[in-house]
Amino acid sequence: MADNTNSVEHTEKKEFYKKKHREHMKHQVVTFVMMIAFTLIAFGLVIAEVDAMFTIPIILVLAGVQVLFQLYYFMHMSEEGHQWPAAMIYSGIFAAVLTVLSLTTIVWW
Amino acid sequence: MAEDVLKSGDLPENPERATLEGRNKFMGFWFFLGGETVLFASLFGTYLALRNSNAGGATGSEIFGLELVFIMTMLLLTSSLTSVYAMYHMKNNDFKKMQLWLGITVLLGLGFLGMEIYEFVHYVHDYEFGYTTSAFSSAFYTLVGFHGGHVAFGLLWIVALMIRNAKRGLNLYNAPKFYIASLYWHFIDVVWVFIFTVVYLMGKVG
Repeated sequence: MADNTNSVEHTEKKEFYKKKHREHMKHQVVTFVMMIAFTLIAFGLVIAEVDAMFTIPIILVLAGVQVLFQLYYFMHMSEEGHQWPAAMIYSGIFAAVLTVLSLTTIVWW
Repeated sequence: MAEDVLKSGDLPENPERATLEGRNKFMGFWFFLGGETVLFASLFGTYLALRNSNAGGATGSEIFGLELVFIMTMLLLTSSLTSVYAMYHMKNNDFKKMQLWLGITVLLGLGFLGMEIYEFVHYVHDYEFGYTTSAFSSAFYTLVGFHGGHVAFGLLWIVALMIRNAKRGLNLYNAPKFYIASLYWHFIDVVWVFIFTVVYLMGKVG
């Protein structure tokens, strides 16, 4: 353990991290505002009854982007040491896409 | 080292990954989330395949009310931010504030769950839209209900952690537990984003 750490240096380090965390938290709030905006656009398009051929692709893209925000910022995947989490979640997404595609195409044909 | 992990106080920069146990939990949990993604994908795929098979029963565009879904979305999205705040205070080693923000997260989650229960009761009583009404209703209740089950489990999990560790304070033993519970909570929100888009919004569009 770090019992012999110089206490002045130690406090400085703590202050540095605190500041870093505060900066980080600001970005999280910006992320949140953007997710709210995406949600409003998606609901707005449906309530305004814009053409379905236009609305459906747009709201799906908005959902995809919102999920990436959630993963990379709220779930901290953009921070260091997240190579394996990324590998695992993308493997999951890969299998998920195949699953949804196969289940939907069998009813189209 | 063994007794040190239960000592609260001076914690390293990333307390959730400071011990081998913490790193294993972190890694294992992301592996689990990868699996959960596939599991929900199979339910989404089933729903998409059966969404028009209403067998003479109610259709989605008849029963879905966007006002309720919008409020539920806002509650869950906000609860995701409050759990980010909880983890922010965890990194600053401020246990009381972390508990407070987790408490707010739980309240928002309870609001969401209450509204979902109201929604299901409303469908069954006012539209005779039961689980066995049609292939569409079965797929709908399975997908949305399974997500609701995740919300209920997440709430129990967070509350259990809060109560169990209330007197311990934050330490290297429980920091990974809190961190992972918050990851789970975010994942619930990830799934909900697709539910409100694919089920409710696309259901309204037709």
